[in-house]
Amino acid sequence: MIITFDWLKDHLKTNLKEKNLLEQLTNIGLEVESVESLSPHNELFKIAEIIKTEKHPNADRLKVCDVNIGENEIKKVVCGAENAKEGLLTIYAPPGAIIPKNKTKIVVAKIRGVTSYGMLCSESELNLSNESDGIIELTEEFRKNVGKSYFSKSKSNLIDLSITPNRPDCLGVRGIARDLAASGFGKLVDLVEKKIHSKNTHTLKVKINKERGQGCTAFGSCLITNVKNSESPKWLKEKLISIGQKPISAIVDITNYVMLDINRPLHAYDADKIEKGIIVRNSKSGEEFTALDNKNYKLESGMCVISDNKGVLGLGGIIGGTRSGTEFNTKNILLESAYFEPGSIRNTAKKLNLDTDAKFRFERGIDPLSIEDGLNKAAKLIKEICGGEISKIDIQKIETYKTKKIKFDPIIFEKISGFKISLKEMIKILEDLGFEVKKNKKRLELTVPSWRPDISQEIDIVEELVRISGYEKIKYIKPSKQRTKSTLNKYQKLFHFLQRSVASKGYLEAITWSFTDKRYNDYFRDIKKEIKIINPISSELGVLRNSIFSNLILYINKNLDRGFKDLSIFEIGPIFNGSNPGEQNTVVCGLSAGKKSRLSWIEKDRNVDVFDVKRDVVQTLVEAGYNPEKFFIDNETPNYYHPGKSGRLFLNNKKNQIAAYFGEIHPNILKQIDIKTESLVGFEIFMENLELPKKTLKDLKVKFSFSDYQKSERDFAFIVNKEVKAQDLIDIISNVDESLIKDIKVFDVYEGDNIPENQKSIAISVTIQSSEKTLNEDDLEKINNLIIKTVENKTGAKIRS
Amino acid sequence: MSDLKKIKDEFLSKLSGKLDISEISQIKSDLFGKSGLISTQFKKIGTIAESERKKFASDLNIIKDELQDLINSKTNELKSAEINEKLEKEKIDITLPERSFVRGKIHPVSQTIDEISSIFSEIGFSVEEGPDVENEYNNFTALNTPENHPARDMHDTFYLDEKKQRLLRTHTSPVQIRTMLKDKPPFKIIAPGRTYRSDSDQTHSPMFHQVEGLHIDKNINMGHLKGCLDYFIKEFFEVDKIKMRFRPSHFPFTEPSAEVDIGYEMKDGKIIIGEGNQWLEILGCGMVHPNVLKNVKVDPSKFQGYAFGIGIDRLAMLKYGINDLRAFFDCDYRWLNHFGFDPLDVPTNYRGLSR
Repeated sequence: MIITFDWLKDHLKTNLKEKNLLEQLTNIGLEVESVESLSPHNELFKIAEIIKTEKHPNADRLKVCDVNIGENEIKKVVCGAENAKEGLLTIYAPPGAIIPKNKTKIVVAKIRGVTSYGMLCSESELNLSNESDGIIELTEEFRKNVGKSYFSKSKSNLIDLSITPNRPDCLGVRGIARDLAASGFGKLVDLVEKKIHSKNTHTLKVKINKERGQGCTAFGSCLITNVKNSESPKWLKEKLISIGQKPISAIVDITNYVMLDINRPLHAYDADKIEKGIIVRNSKSGEEFTALDNKNYKLESGMCVISDNKGVLGLGGIIGGTRSGTEFNTKNILLESAYFEPGSIRNTAKKLNLDTDAKFRFERGIDPLSIEDGLNKAAKLIKEICGGEISKIDIQKIETYKTKKIKFDPIIFEKISGFKISLKEMIKILEDLGFEVKKNKKRLELTVPSWRPDISQEIDIVEELVRISGYEKIKYIKPSKQRTKSTLNKYQKLFHFLQRSVASKGYLEAITWSFTDKRYNDYFRDIKKEIKIINPISSELGVLRNSIFSNLILYINKNLDRGFKDLSIFEIGPIFNGSNPGEQNTVVCGLSAGKKSRLSWIEKDRNVDVFDVKRDVVQTLVEAGYNPEKFFIDNETPNYYHPGKSGRLFLNNKKNQIAAYFGEIHPNILKQIDIKTESLVGFEIFMENLELPKKTLKDLKVKFSFSDYQKSERDFAFIVNKEVKAQDLIDIISNVDESLIKDIKVFDVYEGDNIPENQKSIAISVTIQSSEKTLNEDDLEKINNLIIKTVENKTGAKIRS
Repeated sequence: MSDLKKIKDEFLSKLSGKLDISEISQIKSDLFGKSGLISTQFKKIGTIAESERKKFASDLNIIKDELQDLINSKTNELKSAEINEKLEKEKIDITLPERSFVRGKIHPVSQTIDEISSIFSEIGFSVEEGPDVENEYNNFTALNTPENHPARDMHDTFYLDEKKQRLLRTHTSPVQIRTMLKDKPPFKIIAPGRTYRSDSDQTHSPMFHQVEGLHIDKNINMGHLKGCLDYFIKEFFEVDKIKMRFRPSHFPFTEPSAEVDIGYEMKDGKIIIGEGNQWLEILGCGMVHPNVLKNVKVDPSKFQGYAFGIGIDRLAMLKYGINDLRAFFDCDYRWLNHFGFDPLDVPTNYRGLSR
């Protein structure tokens, strides 16, 4: 909503300055978004007289004019307008002036060899109208003002207010003035719109159809006959220009002015183009009309239309049609002032994707009691400017407005705001805002002004009172430092732990969007359901991600393109399994590309591999408190992993929930994405599948026990079939004697020469220690043999001699 | 001159010369070997007259110790000289790079969430969360934003079905609803998380982060709201003085509502939060609307309180001087490295937010 201080002063008596105004507007909730001057230095544009014209020596179409700009000062100006002639009164823009239309600055310039000191302006250049043929021709009455500024000296700036959707009343200058006056900023000017006393009958019949979902509850109108539509007078043009609007014609300008001034949208029809009478009704499916924006609209059924015998004239409260639009030659006008239901307006506008000034106002709620005021105000102006006769006002209604009443308990004010104001002050504020206030014992009986659709309960009254008394009156109450509940629950703690644990392993944390490109999502979707966004921001962001890999791989590729070769990034966040709330999981997903120790003088470089990510996963889980001795790992992984070089990790051998996947990304995906790196490995840890630690750190510290007896290490090399897994051997050996076998390490795996085909050699070092005694050779020999025998029996392995 | 004195003098003189390790060992065996001079003297003790025996033995021991110490020290000297000489040859170029190490980083949004949680933890808030996909009721209707409310236009919503029943939450406020439906008052929670609006330009990203705050109890009024936010802002920006302005605004789910501005100034192209003359909007808040409380079965005549919503990304931008919102989600390795935080920098109550 754009206003000027000058316009406000039509409704507000005040001696305060604009600076105070801006502060006060913001203080009462009418936020000042910006302040700018419409046309800086527009006082530079002067009324001038052409006293002589000569043909330009070097150009046929140009003239060199001597222009009297007052105080006997004559300027030479080159001008191309055909109507430039001796004696013409027009507007002169000196060097330094900025042309409002195209914002160019006038400079002294040579035009085809003749120096021109300024410019003579057309109406369109000054945004006065669309007239661009020739320069402005001022009437004789301006002759006495030659040398004076054309525009009234207005220092008023354009003030752009952000009006919240609950305050339709402030979409009119008067509403803003009322709020300001209530807050003590000036006094609201009384404006009583005189009623039209007319004997002329209203000859156009108006009918509102009573039907289901009728969006119009009241339709007021009057006929104005024998008008002569023209340009608006200077005051009206300037008023509209002052807030950045362009004058069009008197009738249109007047309806706009009334709308901006008191937030009462009106519509003017060319009455001669209406066939018989007006019918306000629901549209039928498929009806069409051409609106004033020159677009053709095809309507669905149930939209509120203003129609005549021939069909749709316009969409009520949204936009009029071209068929009945007023023009400069319009003679008879039907002026409409109606009430349309916000919900109906909103539905229709949404379906047709239409946004107009009237729609914006009606969907927020227009004062239902302003119908007559609006007609009075506009009709009188039309008569004043365009002449003609006004008929009686006709108001058709299918519903009567009921005033809203609220019983307000003043105690609630302090209970909510935390500060006090006197009852007297409360009453004054409310009365200034337009409420009728009656005291009834301890309560206030309030009648809500008809222009405040936002007010319906006590809390709304509290808001008005706090807002107008000033938010600076609210006290600062120091927060209490009492905590009754722990800040994070176990799950949230685990989230933070995993996040920082993974980061500490060299991964940069990324945050990427929860949606992704369908193509990338498909690579990592596996068996999950695709979840489409109905209205995505672009087709590349059209689905919710089923895996974090889709985004990470996209971004890792971008970083590879930037010239980085060795990259590790991770994200902890949601993946989606369905389109219902809660059908999502939190995943820690990491991706690592390139080599380790690239270009190192001291270490041999190698590609990142599956055992790097396996370490990252296992170490992270161990750090988070899970027992690695219980981990169970196999190689069943989703199809986006390398089928041979990837694994699945369970926290225990019950295998009920998958804690993590890790491995090489499937080479086919790399090929399709065209990602250029030596190696790409990744992992996913599924937070919801991790059992939350039940114990506190205190409980995790079990009794400290250790053995000081000598420990022995024994090495074994077994030849086993290829499909036997290292983990199988480890499990078997550790079960041989859990009290003696303290540690098992795989230190070599070998296939090839000297080993039969389809077999491999696994070398294992076993640490044996008793907590009761130092084991002697016999004891050790016994356990050695037991290990060999058990492994051989259970796996078909052979000890390598 | 006694034999002992003679031996002592002779060998002291021998040992004072420049010797190598084999010469020393020769001397050692000359003195202490099986038939060495000192060993021989020890064998003689028994043959010495009773009266002189004690003195002889004592003198002999003193000489033995003296010579032995000298030999030991000579030997050590030589050995360490030998080691030093060897080490001298092992000298390396210590300016060569160390073995490579890796360093991960925490995203500034995550760090900021932890900072926010730590500050609110101090004043008794706990952290709640809610799903990213919400139903229309929790995101709008329950929050006193019925269908056809113009306020819905302010949220450009991503929908997951044609009926517009499932959507990506446009704010963290539905967590208020979930929390209040789940438990009984009082409530004192914050809810950080991802939020979504179909808006994308220089200053808008289709995904961003918010933290919701909710405090409902018997007598919580606007003064508590002001005090809480004042505390938070000062703690977060780690400054003692900061200008703060509450001004009236409108949100369907709070009434009265306010927007909060903080003071700032520009110095050398950088924004300085504090006491400057410019205002910057950083959050919206208000007293929870009685309609919202009714929707979650909390009696508004018994319980009341405030709620607020803060843009996390924006806070991070202001605090850490980040200019472009979209860079947060662009995953540029250089940016993540520059603006990321060391994982060991965990904001906590006792150590504070910063080092």
